[in-house]
Amino acid sequence: MRYTPHTDADKAEMLRVLGLSRIEDLFHHVPASLRERAKISLPHGLTEVSVTRKLAALAAHNAAAGDWHFFLGGGIYRHTIPSVVDAVISRAEFATCYTPYQPEVSQGTLEAIFEFQTLICQLTAMEVANAGLYDGASATAEAVLMARRVQEGRHRVLISRALHPHYRSVTATYLKNLQDVEIVEVPFDASGATDTGCLTGELDDAAMCVVVGYPNFFGVVEDLDTIRRACSRAGALLVTVTTEPLSLALLRPPGAWGADIAVGEGQSLGVPMSLGGPGFGFFGCAKRFVRSMPGRLVGETVDGDGRRGFVLTLSTREQHIRREKATSNICTNQNLCALAATVFMATLGKSGMRRLAEVNAERAHGARERLIREAGFRAAFSGPFFNEFVLRMGELPRWLSRFAKKKIVPGVSLGQWYPELEDGLLVCVTEMNDEEEIDTLVRAFSGE
Amino acid sequence: MGELEVLRHFTRLSHLNYAIETHFYPLGSCTMKYNPKVNEAAARLPGFSLAHPLAPPELLQGALELLYGLEQMLAEISGMDQITLQPAAGAHGELTGLMLIRAHLSSRGDPRRKIIVPDSAHGTNPASSTLCGYEVIQVPSNPRGIIESDKVAEVMTEDVAAMMITNPNTLGIFESEVQAIAEVVHAKGGLVYLDGANLNALMGIAKPGDMGVDVLHINLHKTFSTPHGGGGPGAGPVGVKEFLRDYLPVPRVVKGRDGFSLSEDHPKSIGRVRSFFGNFGILVRAYTYIISLGSDGLEEASRMAVLNANYLRKRLEGTFHLPYTEPCLHECVFTDRFQQKHGVSTLDIAKRLLDYGFHPPTIYFPLVVPGAIMIEPTETETRETLDAFADAMIGIAREAKENPTVLKSAPHSTPVGRLDEARAARKPVLRWEPAERK
Repeated sequence: MRYTPHTDADKAEMLRVLGLSRIEDLFHHVPASLRERAKISLPHGLTEVSVTRKLAALAAHNAAAGDWHFFLGGGIYRHTIPSVVDAVISRAEFATCYTPYQPEVSQGTLEAIFEFQTLICQLTAMEVANAGLYDGASATAEAVLMARRVQEGRHRVLISRALHPHYRSVTATYLKNLQDVEIVEVPFDASGATDTGCLTGELDDAAMCVVVGYPNFFGVVEDLDTIRRACSRAGALLVTVTTEPLSLALLRPPGAWGADIAVGEGQSLGVPMSLGGPGFGFFGCAKRFVRSMPGRLVGETVDGDGRRGFVLTLSTREQHIRREKATSNICTNQNLCALAATVFMATLGKSGMRRLAEVNAERAHGARERLIREAGFRAAFSGPFFNEFVLRMGELPRWLSRFAKKKIVPGVSLGQWYPELEDGLLVCVTEMNDEEEIDTLVRAFSGE
Repeated sequence: MGELEVLRHFTRLSHLNYAIETHFYPLGSCTMKYNPKVNEAAARLPGFSLAHPLAPPELLQGALELLYGLEQMLAEISGMDQITLQPAAGAHGELTGLMLIRAHLSSRGDPRRKIIVPDSAHGTNPASSTLCGYEVIQVPSNPRGIIESDKVAEVMTEDVAAMMITNPNTLGIFESEVQAIAEVVHAKGGLVYLDGANLNALMGIAKPGDMGVDVLHINLHKTFSTPHGGGGPGAGPVGVKEFLRDYLPVPRVVKGRDGFSLSEDHPKSIGRVRSFFGNFGILVRAYTYIISLGSDGLEEASRMAVLNANYLRKRLEGTFHLPYTEPCLHECVFTDRFQQKHGVSTLDIAKRLLDYGFHPPTIYFPLVVPGAIMIEPTETETRETLDAFADAMIGIAREAKENPTVLKSAPHSTPVGRLDEARAARKPVLRWEPAERK
């Protein structure tokens, strides 16, 4: 397959205009020593039929949800995606345009981002939200970097150990090279929530911010009221991180608890799992921080005739203007995924999302009870949860290996991140796991 | 909302956009080439789109094989030894690359303090340097538009961690002293970072790995045809020479006798830069593109991209001021100097182009060229399209002389006119609010 439309006659004519005889003449200023070695050693191009066959064969070597019984969460969730979402994001006018630097011919993208910012504000109850970041993990790192900008003189970052391990790892990678930043991990307690006693002990006047999952990696809904009060006493910012934003349709949102920065991963809202990417990070915060925010922002304005329109704004924070003094180096916002979430939220609406969240919570709570009662699991934690939870069972690996034959993946083993939870399994149940599938899972464990 | 209402709303919004599939979109440095449909079909195969990243590796063999294969192919095309696919964007790749450099230098005892960046560099270069804890030293390009190794030698010290270079640079000119520059930097113990934004000019022409480059990032959404999406998602894989392998982000995909597995056990690794495996759906599209074109198709793509840019440059030369007359590769940069006489600026020319049905080139970048008009046509455009664009530009130059007012008040045919950006920034309205709360 090739996508170069030039005929031989075109090439000859273009070369004639240039006064050249061969295409190679275009490259005479590239050192010969480089040109000689530049040949690419890969197979030749393929027809569309061959390409499609090859990709289909690779895809067939993966276990796809639906074909398999998945109870997997841990930051990426399987939810219904109305067909209208892909219909909109497949439109070439959205998919094949660039960042809206020319607002007169980008009002579609800009207005959609404005709607996205509005919906994220409403979902999180934050005052402002940006146009999106790479993912939940880098959004967490950016939240800490912003806290560092607005909390001058404070250097301690308190991160809950019940925050997603990838998010902790990415944040550590981002902070490693900066002066005067210390990460302190705060343990979790028997409820599976951040140990607020330990947290209070660690909070001092050097504490820049506290970062907790909401719900956290174990699915447990943190006690933001207590954490907020502890933060306020010490003058630390509260950063909440949500990997499953559907939960916010049911839970009291972070802004209502007084979070200063609310970030998370948006994949759950209309974006396919796709092995964990692309999704998008969302970033909401209090209005007073708006000029310190990372990433793109769209604002409303008017044209010369007073017509309402939208533009990228507060660009003086950004790299193309501020260069080394920019608030971040980011120049994209995972825009098409943010658009997917906008369409998803518009289609379901507030009541639809709430209903969907209720189905998740009901199914998950029912499944947990059955797994404990009928399949011999022990509950790992006592805290409240949304659609995922941790159970414990002896000889977990042996059980799991048996399940491949039955095409069941009952959850994520936690031992790789938490040695003390070697026998712990993070189980996620969404509206996509119907009663029959839950039944299959319970029976598999009860040995039937 | 009702589904039809939602669709009508977003379909209406879509009509307000220019896009590659609706208009010629010659944005310099952005490589707005055709985004093939077969890539989209591949990314939507259920085996990819419904794969969960925390499923056991035994259940992800096809995905891991694709990741491994894409790493190999990108290494071959760029002339590097190892690739990580984790970074989610070009700027993310830059940050990752600088972290690798810092980790390597730290292991030798001193991370150093500074990064050298050309004055013509993308703004992300200095921004990424700061984020990685470095100070930036700028090095000027010469009157021919390139960086001289002597100039680099003047600022290169043992406190400089790396030199970042874009090749071809943002003027579309090949940095012909790149090998000598690399020698200067290496002699003082520094590393060479290549901003691979312009790789579309180089496939089969010159491999960065042969230029003395130690680290580079590649924008899959530019050279490898994945859609820009109005601002992502893209992907910014990073390539390194063998001596930096141990520092790459984890997990690494490993090929063994029993298939592919994930390896986390790399104590020197900088850690993770993103959750899971990066923007996998984008990686599937790029993989599809590369096997579709193959070595012959990729080489032809670069040749035609350069032919198209040179042809457009030739057609516009004389009508617009060309600040650098060196031969160009995949893009060329003009200025508004001739039109300034009539009180017409680059911005006016760009806005007037919208009335002619063309997306404007990149404007006012690179910063070293006052009033820059940076044109990158890409290889997927026909000679007829290039001619139509050139005719429009020449027509606008004529209007600048005869009727400058029509340019100053352009665009005339778009859904909105020039928007008041100052007002948007002065009193930001960043979300809709119900009337009573305003």
